[in-house]
Amino acid sequence: MPNRSFFWFFLPAGLAMILFIGLPIISTGVQSFYAQHDQILVEVKKCDPFGCKVSVVVDQEATSKVRDEKPLGKFNGFGTYIDRNHLAVDQVSEFWDESKSIGDFINKVGNLPFYKALVFTLTYCVFVTPCVLLLGFIIALSLNAISRKIRGPLIFGTILPMIVTPLVGSLVLFWMIDAEGIIGANLQMLMNDPYLSLKSSKTLMWITIIIYGIWHHSPFAFVVFYAALQTVPQEPLEASIIDGASRFQRVKHIVLPHIYPVVTFVALISLMDNFRVFEPIIGFSAEGSAQSLSWLIYDNLVNEEVILFGSAAATSIMTIVGISIILAPVLIRTWREFKTNR
Amino acid sequence: MKRILIALTFLLFGTYANADCNIKSGSINILANDFPALRTLVETASECKGKADFKVTHSAEHNKIAVPALTANPSEFSVRVAANSSIVPLMNADLIRPMNDLVKKYGKGIQDSQLITIDGKVMAVAFMANTQHLYVRTDVLKENGIAIPKTYEEVVAASEKIRAAGKMKYPYAAAYKAGWNLAEEFVNMYIGHGGEFFKAGSAKPNINNAKGIATLNMLKQLADLSNPDHLTHDSEAIKVEWEAGNVAIMTLWASRSGTLLDDDGDAKITAATKLVAPATVGGGNIPAATLWWDGFTLAKNRSDADAEASFRAMAHAASSKEMVAKAADQAVWLVEGFVPGPKSVGVIEAVKMGAKPYPMLPQMGLMHGALGSEIVEFLQGNESAEQALKDVEAAYMTKAKEQGFL
Repeated sequence: MPNRSFFWFFLPAGLAMILFIGLPIISTGVQSFYAQHDQILVEVKKCDPFGCKVSVVVDQEATSKVRDEKPLGKFNGFGTYIDRNHLAVDQVSEFWDESKSIGDFINKVGNLPFYKALVFTLTYCVFVTPCVLLLGFIIALSLNAISRKIRGPLIFGTILPMIVTPLVGSLVLFWMIDAEGIIGANLQMLMNDPYLSLKSSKTLMWITIIIYGIWHHSPFAFVVFYAALQTVPQEPLEASIIDGASRFQRVKHIVLPHIYPVVTFVALISLMDNFRVFEPIIGFSAEGSAQSLSWLIYDNLVNEEVILFGSAAATSIMTIVGISIILAPVLIRTWREFKTNR
Repeated sequence: MKRILIALTFLLFGTYANADCNIKSGSINILANDFPALRTLVETASECKGKADFKVTHSAEHNKIAVPALTANPSEFSVRVAANSSIVPLMNADLIRPMNDLVKKYGKGIQDSQLITIDGKVMAVAFMANTQHLYVRTDVLKENGIAIPKTYEEVVAASEKIRAAGKMKYPYAAAYKAGWNLAEEFVNMYIGHGGEFFKAGSAKPNINNAKGIATLNMLKQLADLSNPDHLTHDSEAIKVEWEAGNVAIMTLWASRSGTLLDDDGDAKITAATKLVAPATVGGGNIPAATLWWDGFTLAKNRSDADAEASFRAMAHAASSKEMVAKAADQAVWLVEGFVPGPKSVGVIEAVKMGAKPYPMLPQMGLMHGALGSEIVEFLQGNESAEQALKDVEAAYMTKAKEQGFL
């Protein structure tokens, strides 16, 4: 496609992207540099059915005056980014000074909300992404080798986890692992421990969420790999069979190199998806033991009775930065290949 | 076709017959929590909607919707049914309107004690009171020779005895779900210990002290006597546990008793369920519970006509002697003519024992939020009480600074 026609072809999508993705991100970025104005409190007499009492409220007249002057709030620079609920620069350096060992230091830092969420998010990415790639590839290979007659229903069954809404999928599992549920109760019996609870143990909860993530994301990898497998040329495969190559050797030397670009693509998309893990935490009510970066944003926006826009915006921007860092190696590699191919 | 027309006419007549407040225009849109008493109230309000457009949203997620929905101009809802904690964010952001003149004009049946006033401005009209108190299974207690517990220390002893007797694995239950519910349990217990959340005259936190530690230790003792999944259990979940017969002593909202004592479920459990006073703790004489009111507020960003129509419909419900008589077992109504029944015991006892209302301070929501997430690790056994309280204070301070309270 000539560049000119590509430009016109891409224009509507590009404009929509700028309008609905680009501008909101910019506005989020701006928001993250602001905090609320200092609250102007006044003492008043409050009466309710249980009696009267002198207490404080926000002085609306004075506040609205300040707000009208500067609707965005008080400029805070990187203040929100480095406070305790985010990068916690002061706390981390303080822990570094007072900690006796590296383990102690890591423990203390891991107790800060942002790092706690980051550790879970990264653990989730590190375990789920490779497992999804591997499992998706194995399923695609096996299904590709099966007789065409039963392939249709099998494919449908395989992509079912992706069809099921994430929240519903996690809720079903949530009930199964309940202390009274089929998995939870059997585990208690098996371990002979009536107080064993998947939901209250941090490790077990993490494992559950990771397994759920693999279950939910594998079909996506499978579908893409399966499509790619259909394009593998038959001639080199037949030639290698004549040369006496085993099944493993054929996959390693012919199939994998052929679908390699697709593998990169799937890895990229899964990494991005997994870094934003959110639904299973809500579905499993796992807020107590597992928090992700996306969950932190949600928490700031809805869980408090007071909405913390600045906090949420700062975490959002850091999530975007995080995804860019994770994707950078893959992107650089793809770019280099693209250049050498030309 | 003819029949449909006749039916329609009847329907129209039906609504006219109920329309005794004579509302001519405007639109009413209500946002409320979802429990039986509120449904009754809203239904009563709709009786007199007249020609006004009437819509209602009952949602357990009402807290998450309220501020954004009322910030819009014109706002989505004209009425927000709030409680002492949820009115604070609305007042902080100046989203509700004073209704003194409306009360004067249309609030004939409303008692003065129902009015929530801030510096003389009526910001809400309360219609029911609520608190968390003990529910006990009299049959289980009797079988084990246990008197009805009056303090949380007795609750612990009784639960341990029931567990030791092999009767129940998890004899105690309370809504310990990480987040708002768990924080509410802390608030109750800390107030029971006589604690103050903030340093006098400032928004600086004041929970990292001996009372805070005693509170956490008591919560932990109770948690160990509850279902191991307690950190995922909200009020609804523990109600299910109770109805399944797994629990003998429970701390639950008074407003939830209606469905707990209805005809659904095991009649034997229902018959043995008794509502008693809230417990005290640590030798204190005020109960480890907070008093709550539920009332209605009017959105600021809505036309005066809508506000007037909304007020008249809601005032009709909030002063309806008929509703109070009919739904006497659903709530402790603050409306004139209410005769307390056996289900009101918890709230009435709490008031008699001098329970404190939930602190209606502008920064309390932030403290509540910090508690809900930072004391979880202590209950899981991964952190010391001191560290948990230190974390709560630090998390609160950061948020309070961002919000301009410190």
